[in-house]
Amino acid sequence: MSPHGNPEVPASSATEINREAPKASPAAAPAETTGNAWGLWEVFVRSSRGLSHVHAGSLHAPDAAMALRNARDLYTRRNEGVSIWVVPADAIASSDPDAKGSFFESPQGKDYRHATYYTKSEGVKHL
Amino acid sequence: MSTPETQEAQETTGHGDISVGVAGAGASGDGSASATRITPGNALRPEDIALEVRTGLAKPTEDVAEYALRLGDDALILAQRLGHWISRAPELEEDVALGNIALDQLGHARSFLSYAGGAWDKSEDDLAYFRREHEFRSAHLFEQPNGDFAVTIARQFVVSYYQFELYRRLTESTDATLAAIAAKAVKEVDYHRDHSAQWVLRLAGGTDESRQRMIHGLKLIWPYVGELFETDELVTRLAEAGAAVEPSSLRADFDRLTGEVLKEAELEVPEVPFAPGGGRRGRHSEHLGYILAEMQVLAREHPGASW
Repeated sequence: MSPHGNPEVPASSATEINREAPKASPAAAPAETTGNAWGLWEVFVRSSRGLSHVHAGSLHAPDAAMALRNARDLYTRRNEGVSIWVVPADAIASSDPDAKGSFFESPQGKDYRHATYYTKSEGVKHL
Repeated sequence: MSTPETQEAQETTGHGDISVGVAGAGASGDGSASATRITPGNALRPEDIALEVRTGLAKPTEDVAEYALRLGDDALILAQRLGHWISRAPELEEDVALGNIALDQLGHARSFLSYAGGAWDKSEDDLAYFRREHEFRSAHLFEQPNGDFAVTIARQFVVSYYQFELYRRLTESTDATLAAIAAKAVKEVDYHRDHSAQWVLRLAGGTDESRQRMIHGLKLIWPYVGELFETDELVTRLAEAGAAVEPSSLRADFDRLTGEVLKEAELEVPEVPFAPGGGRRGRHSEHLGYILAEMQVLAREHPGASW
């Protein structure tokens, strides 16, 4: 038996959380059209209840309401999702790809940060 | 735990394979967590109807088959029209949206034609590819040219609000197959309503140019609204038996719901005389022949070909 928990059961299957994507109104659209071009939106799709939204891709749309509909047509046409979020691409702050070393390499080798580093103490139940 | 051997064993699995532990936990959830997971889902497919017809589980009466042919031809001709937008829409996203709607309509057409064919021992392909122009039963609205984007949206607006009211009622048909096809179709058409209404609002409320084009598009399309609600002996007979829906009974809801959208868009219902129609009797405008020529040429050049 592996001490790492039950691999048969996805960690995320524990509870069902029903957080529907907010129904965006056409009025509130930070990524309004600039000139003739439609704004860029990032799309997040939840494949089933209880799982988190996962980034699926991006698209162009004139406003939030159309972005949701375009996302439905582009990213859920093979039955991939039960919920969609769309976010104006310029509302997302991202980490600097060039700062990989200082930003992400520090945790490497620090295996004591993983629960699996520790052995179970004798007599402790329910672990 | 108490003996050194077990301690060692624990250490190997406990410390030695952190990477496996972490990656393993991720992998166990990945199959279902992927945003691009593909599952076909369960729904009535045209193939299921074709199978039921072939095995004799479902057989339409002559009247029902004629009626299914009308609904199927409406959807088929519209699908062919909409398919022309692929690679030509104003934006890639809209390209896919119109393509999706075309495929929904094609699915409805395949279901209706597969079922209708049961009365005459014909397949959906026999009916789609090897009938002549005067044998098609689609209403004139569906063969109207795409025009510019606003004309297509105007056509979609009328079609989707009409089809939604029709299919919504047809789910209660005494003919189980018609009811089942309608139940699948009504949800898809509901989205088509949303799509067209969103665009009517945006084109009407956009620039002067887009508003003018929307007004022009509605004016071009509206003459073909009347034919949709015309009744004849066949539908009256079927409606009395509870199998079909009397087209005139859809009119009030159609007027009310399209009126609400037009009002929100600050547009008038076009005041235009209705065109004579005749599509249900096989009398078509000059447009249908060209659509059929393009749609049927391959199947007729190479009968029985598959790819």
